[in-house]
Amino acid sequence: MIEVENVHKSFGEHHVLKGISTAFEKGKTNLIIGQSGSGKTVFLKCLLGLFEPDEGQICYNGQYYSELSIKERRNLRQEMGMVFQGSALFDSMTVEGNVMFPLDMFTNQSKSEMQDRVDFVLKRVNLIDAHKKFPAEISGGMQKRVAIARAIVMNPKYLFCDEPNSGLDPKTAILIDNLIHEITQEYDITTVINTHDMNSVMEIGEKIIFLKNGFKEWEGTNKEIFKTDNQAVTDFVYSSELFKKVRQMYIEERN
Amino acid sequence: MKVKCSTIFLFLSPQVHNKRMKYLEAIGKYFIMIWEVFKKPTKWPIMRSLILKEIDELIFGAMGIIIFISFFIGGVVTIQTALNLNSPFLPKSLIGFATRQSVILEFAPTFTSIIMAGKVGSYITSSIGTMRVTEQIDALEVMGVNSLNYLVFPKIIATMMYPFAVAVSMFVGILGGWVAAVFGGYAPSGEFIKGLQMDFDSFHVTYAFIKSIVFAFVIATVPSFHGYYMKGGALEVGKASTTSFVWTSVVIIIVNYVLTQLLLG
Repeated sequence: MIEVENVHKSFGEHHVLKGISTAFEKGKTNLIIGQSGSGKTVFLKCLLGLFEPDEGQICYNGQYYSELSIKERRNLRQEMGMVFQGSALFDSMTVEGNVMFPLDMFTNQSKSEMQDRVDFVLKRVNLIDAHKKFPAEISGGMQKRVAIARAIVMNPKYLFCDEPNSGLDPKTAILIDNLIHEITQEYDITTVINTHDMNSVMEIGEKIIFLKNGFKEWEGTNKEIFKTDNQAVTDFVYSSELFKKVRQMYIEERN
Repeated sequence: MKVKCSTIFLFLSPQVHNKRMKYLEAIGKYFIMIWEVFKKPTKWPIMRSLILKEIDELIFGAMGIIIFISFFIGGVVTIQTALNLNSPFLPKSLIGFATRQSVILEFAPTFTSIIMAGKVGSYITSSIGTMRVTEQIDALEVMGVNSLNYLVFPKIIATMMYPFAVAVSMFVGILGGWVAAVFGGYAPSGEFIKGLQMDFDSFHVTYAFIKSIVFAFVIATVPSFHGYYMKGGALEVGKASTTSFVWTSVVIIIVNYVLTQLLLG
């Protein structure tokens, strides 16, 4: 579980995060949504420990990040998996090399143990024949799956995803969403996804927080988002005609 | 008086002040980067393979161009020296002597380093810069890897092999001089070799190697700095490579002056 208490973050004069408080529960898929420039990425980077909040605290399973020593922070980082927007796979390594990298770096496992683990996670993300291929030789969807495999290979307690289905076709995007959701439940991890994709919001958003101009404007579940009267949320989520109709149908059905 | 006032005004103007502060900030950031490179080392088996890979890329990968340039530079130095020694009272062996001194003291260590700043330096900046743009460095940091140690340290160790490249450059440069002298008809082989052996001071070779080790450090770290801290996209990677070449060359020239004054002055 990750608890966020009154987090503020500024860059020079620009106050990006303005007192965000929330909690991300274990075994749930938590989504951060909001317009570009609302502070989503900065918030995610604060959660990852890449940015330190100017004010406020982030607590990981009862441990306050600001109170941890450098070594403890490093150990905590190893409990985190991250799927970057552009996958961020290492170009010079094969798919197998990318997934094996954290194991090679931080564990003392034998080559065969590492190979077994890599085979297992690649199978889990439905990539069986891509071991020896380089990132440039596989599709965007496959790259995302490799990034997920690399993120979960160390059995993380926390999984962070920055727009995991951006640039993917709708079918592959749903596949990636479902994969993240399944992995979250299967391994009982705390997953936080930063997304613009409303399909993800509807399909896998067990908890959604909506950021606007650095403030937390709203939080709830994907069921509650249909019912909310918050103007900022409805303007953002139901900006397309399709989603307006979906919401209308949902309300009519409920009535 | 007017000119003086305007010069002072320009010196104190906010734009100039900001620019100077920016340079000072960059210098400070560079030294902090160097400090970070040596902290929290990567596991030795991984580091060993990275170092071997970098030796292959940075040293052996550059040998072709070093040999090619050194050979012709040696030849040109010989021809120019020969053409300037018109007096019949000056022995032809001076051509060999001048070639040896020029190649060992300056051309092999400094000229080759400037070429390396272009070839190896721009490779380092663009490869690290691309990793920054594509979030690969962020990925390393998130995993808890000291990205500076992982990326820059193997390059520093690999470039410590640079004196080997300089030694090859010295040999090939002098060989180029001999070929130009003998086959160009500027000096007989015996005279040229006699000149090569004349008043040989082995400290000059030591001086060249000391210089080349310092230059190697500059070639590994200045381009890494420009790549690691770059911001933007593909266009900025190109700009960072150019800037890194300029600054690496400037630092090499300054360090060359300082070391020459300290070691030979």
